[in-house]
Amino acid sequence: MTRIRRSLLFVPGNSPAMLLNAGVFGADSIIFDLEDAVAPNEKDAARILVRNAFRTLEYDQFEKIIRVNSRHSPFFTEDLQMLIPTLPDAILLPKVEDKQDIIDTETLMEALERDNNLPLGGIKIIPLIETALGVENAFSIARSSKRISALFLGAEDLTADLGVKRTKKGKEILYSRGRIVIAARAAGITAIDTPFTDVDDEKGLIKDAKFAKKLGFTAKATISPRHVTTINRIFSPTEEEVLYAERVMAVIKKAEKEGKGVVALDGKMIDAPIVARAQRVLEIAQTLRGDLS
Amino acid sequence: MRIEKMAVAGSLESNDVLVTVKPNEQLGREIIIESIVEKQYGETIRKVTEEVLNDFKIDHIYILIQDRGALDCTLRARLETVILRAQGGNKDDQNP
Repeated sequence: MTRIRRSLLFVPGNSPAMLLNAGVFGADSIIFDLEDAVAPNEKDAARILVRNAFRTLEYDQFEKIIRVNSRHSPFFTEDLQMLIPTLPDAILLPKVEDKQDIIDTETLMEALERDNNLPLGGIKIIPLIETALGVENAFSIARSSKRISALFLGAEDLTADLGVKRTKKGKEILYSRGRIVIAARAAGITAIDTPFTDVDDEKGLIKDAKFAKKLGFTAKATISPRHVTTINRIFSPTEEEVLYAERVMAVIKKAEKEGKGVVALDGKMIDAPIVARAQRVLEIAQTLRGDLS
Repeated sequence: MRIEKMAVAGSLESNDVLVTVKPNEQLGREIIIESIVEKQYGETIRKVTEEVLNDFKIDHIYILIQDRGALDCTLRARLETVILRAQGGNKDDQNP
């Protein structure tokens, strides 16, 4: 079954209550956070707690992502040493600025996979792009490893790096959002949008998430469980999109039968990217129907 | 393994457990349990604690367990953390 990634919920790595309830909010992915949500003097406790939770609790219903500490922090190596053996689906790597960050991380991951007799390359990497240099190098980062499954924009640290104020309208991150989407799509992967941090502003969240979807993001992260349902709804295919995709596939099938090379629908030529998109929309819709049944 | 110094791990938040350890060279293992579910789970908490101490080969320890409804996996995590912190060699060791 296709795994869908629309919403990614951050859960603090040192909170047993949140680790216990991670699955109840309906997020497609849970990010177990060992970085910003954990104080420096609790890093040891958090990584042991997350490791034990992975070993014991039922986490099959969502994608398991671990945000480790930055490669340049003193915690990074121990984070990977302890948590790669628990087989997360992906590692969210903070402050990625160039492809060397990925190459070095992958080298360590591969060594740990060998040491622990794990399948090589099974654990994905999601680079967190949150500095100007990271945005500038986004495409080469996206292409630096087969493990990379998405680019993730982190606007809080990015705006701090740019020396600008983070606003709800988000004009200050428009360029970076565009760059991340283009880099990700050019590399054949998806783009994940930054969290909307005002947990009480539902209207603001809807506006921000819809805008991100229009730009080309396929998912959005959140720090609040209350945002999950809205994000899932916005990043699911609409009924209109599903109907259009079904019509695209129907005319393609008909054209194939009749041996026609060029196909049009509603006066518009249907080419390979439109077909690929239609297939993806139907795949997601089918998976969602399966989830609901 | 020896308990070299006093150390603390965990918290008093719901679903967590606060574990305090101290060296206890004279008295061997001294395990004190305070739990909101002591009647139902006191024995299980003691059993898990003994298991972890056996794994680390610790025979001399004073250990206070203040439980707030922690699962086994949480209790084991906090015990491991506090034991490593009590060695003094852990580089993350900056106990509150």
